[in-house]
Amino acid sequence: MTFEQRYPRRTILRWSAGAAGILVCGSMLPNFGISSALAADLGEGDVAILNYAYALEQLEAAFYTKVTDHPFKGITQQETETFTEIRDHERAHVEFFRKALGGHAIPGIEVDFSKVDFDRRSSVLAAADAFETLGVAAFNGAGPLLVNADYLAAAGTIVSVEARHAAMISALLHGPSSASAGKGHVSSKGLDSTMPPSKVLVQAKPFIKTPLTAASLK
Amino acid sequence: MNTQEKPLFGSVEPEVVERIGAAAGDALRKNRRLAVIGSVPILLAAASAEAFADGLPQQVVDVLNYALTLEHFEDSFYRKANGTDGLIPAKYRDLFREIGQHETGHVALLSWVLGSAAVKPPKFDFTAGGKYPDVFSNFKTFSTLSSTIEDTGVAAFKGQVLNLAGSPVLQTALQIHSVEARHAGSVRVLVGKPGSDGAFDKPMSKSEVLEAVKPFFV
Repeated sequence: MTFEQRYPRRTILRWSAGAAGILVCGSMLPNFGISSALAADLGEGDVAILNYAYALEQLEAAFYTKVTDHPFKGITQQETETFTEIRDHERAHVEFFRKALGGHAIPGIEVDFSKVDFDRRSSVLAAADAFETLGVAAFNGAGPLLVNADYLAAAGTIVSVEARHAAMISALLHGPSSASAGKGHVSSKGLDSTMPPSKVLVQAKPFIKTPLTAASLK
Repeated sequence: MNTQEKPLFGSVEPEVVERIGAAAGDALRKNRRLAVIGSVPILLAAASAEAFADGLPQQVVDVLNYALTLEHFEDSFYRKANGTDGLIPAKYRDLFREIGQHETGHVALLSWVLGSAAVKPPKFDFTAGGKYPDVFSNFKTFSTLSSTIEDTGVAAFKGQVLNLAGSPVLQTALQIHSVEARHAGSVRVLVGKPGSDGAFDKPMSKSEVLEAVKPFFV
């Protein structure tokens, strides 16, 4: 990236004063975010996992909204269609988790895309590739942590769409190819990547201003 | 045969269930185009007689043998295609080689887990009794069939998630599931379809999948 363009802070969803889960960071809790007085507590058990997924989906939805609102120069029709399609999927995922969580949902997170140069195709596609890669690994790692099998089944309907997105973004970069089939992310045994929430949140941290705390997530 | 009996979205909010259900209906209608009349396949019957594989419950053994059967199907399909001169255009050879390697890896892994309880590799007729006579001479036929097979594979793994909940093999199954989705996304883009049919991928039950792939089993 030749220069870094900074965008004003952007709140995707308004913080709701009445929403459950806003707390002052305690030193006992792992804090995956930037230090701040306010944090969104993901909760415990399945609620924590669902809130974790909800936060990641918000991040992705905000990213693709930015990409489609601010298309880079020379964007092709195929690229526009792909980004729009993925954006709409991510928005549907956000809604899914918001409704499923009901009163347990964390407030909308605040994102930071200052590391992405939305004027440059290479920067946008690299970021999209990174987000989708992280999303697949995150969902694969989160699935076995869910206790309620219904949530597991529901998450399963989303994770494969994230993997399809990863292929679609990779295909924009390399065409339908070994890369889009997962080369580099898939092991020699044919297994996709998986990552526990603690590692995913560290990777996502540069893009999320809202500190996310979860005592129960490892 | 071990069928899905638990409701998939029992504890998720009704409107979400409804939306997923609608998307699911579309996906199923599309997949059913593969289905051809015939009797119920018996390809899994042999394996059910085996008691346990490395202490895994019979339900899990059944799921793994079902998965292994489908992986044999995919592995054989790509072995044949990748070994057929003049079928795959040069620019897509690395894609299908990569996919083939993943399927070979899945067969090896599942066979290893199942040990002596593993089903024997079935015999296949990829023309589906003459319905696709040019499957290995016409790239369009081959790639279209590939995209349908991969979509079916994704839905098949997803349909077994509840049967594996709480099992040590769930993690592995999820890591295979998302690889199949990367394949599906890649090949769909290649054949000019959107990478995903919507924001939520629908599972298919074992009986639905077996009905769909039956014409390819000798």
